[in-house]
Amino acid sequence: MTKLTQWLCGLALLGSAWAALTLAPPGLRLPAPYQQALLPLPVYLLVAFGCYSLATVGYRLATFNDCEEAAAELQEHISAAREDLRRRGLRF
Amino acid sequence: MAAGGADKFSVLLPTYNERENLPLVVWLLARTFQESGNNFEIIIIDDGSPDGTQEIAEQLEKIYGSDKIVREIISVLFSSGTAYIHGMKHATGNFIVIMDADLSHHVSLYFIKQKEGNFDIVSGTRYKGNGGVYGWDLKRKLISRGANFITQVLLRPGASDLTGSFRLYRKEVLQKLMEKCVSKGYVFQMEMIVRARQLGYTIGEVPISFVDRVYGESKLGGNEIVSFLKGLLTLFATT
Repeated sequence: MTKLTQWLCGLALLGSAWAALTLAPPGLRLPAPYQQALLPLPVYLLVAFGCYSLATVGYRLATFNDCEEAAAELQEHISAAREDLRRRGLRF
Repeated sequence: MAAGGADKFSVLLPTYNERENLPLVVWLLARTFQESGNNFEIIIIDDGSPDGTQEIAEQLEKIYGSDKIVREIISVLFSSGTAYIHGMKHATGNFIVIMDADLSHHVSLYFIKQKEGNFDIVSGTRYKGNGGVYGWDLKRKLISRGANFITQVLLRPGASDLTGSFRLYRKEVLQKLMEKCVSKGYVFQMEMIVRARQLGYTIGEVPISFVDRVYGESKLGGNEIVSFLKGLLTLFATT
């Protein structure tokens, strides 16, 4: 099953459960407070996911390492490499 | 697998116009392998570079010996996948290292020891541990993190960095994956990890420092982003 199929199945499952509860006849509904929260639930979840995404990417952006020493080390290695190769006869 | 001495590492280096970087990469690799006492070979797969990369490769072969430097020339604009297929035909090691020849993956190759965790694949990551980047502005970092986030949500690949191309594979694992993967370019790299996960191979991660191109132009623009998204959605729908 591809990821796309998994998503579609998951959405179909949740979607039909939500629709069934929302459109249920008065006898089969959830207690009133829950029923009120049910209708906008998809939108709530979407907004919550949006906030989570922003927070996660923001955090990861802020903690993205900068490798100063690696860059400096690389420059040293480059000099050493050029010198050694020149000694060994490489014509750049 | 026999311990220590019996392992041989074949490094596949696809090159296009890497005349400046190639000798430096080879020197660094040779030195690291010699220091760690591992048997190695470097396979340079050049795509008909017009800048003299092949001459440099010839000179390097004279310096290091033909058992250590193997030169392959293809004269068709190849994708990474094609280069690796050609390279693997000549690889005599039981471990294959795949990396770019542009010096952007500055790493001390201690990750080779990581394979002692008996992983099938070891992948370099910029996003974990003390991995990171150098010389990236905020915009580039944001795009990178954002793209990676979307990738994680959609593909749940089980690896933190899919677009890095610094990896170590067991030879038979790489062969199996190359049969199964169909994408081109760096999406190919992503597909390898996703498929590897699906096939149950173990993937170890090692932090790497991604130092921005020393010589030459880096290829990242609006087009790259669009093609990345297209590739990602294709993988989403097909894996």
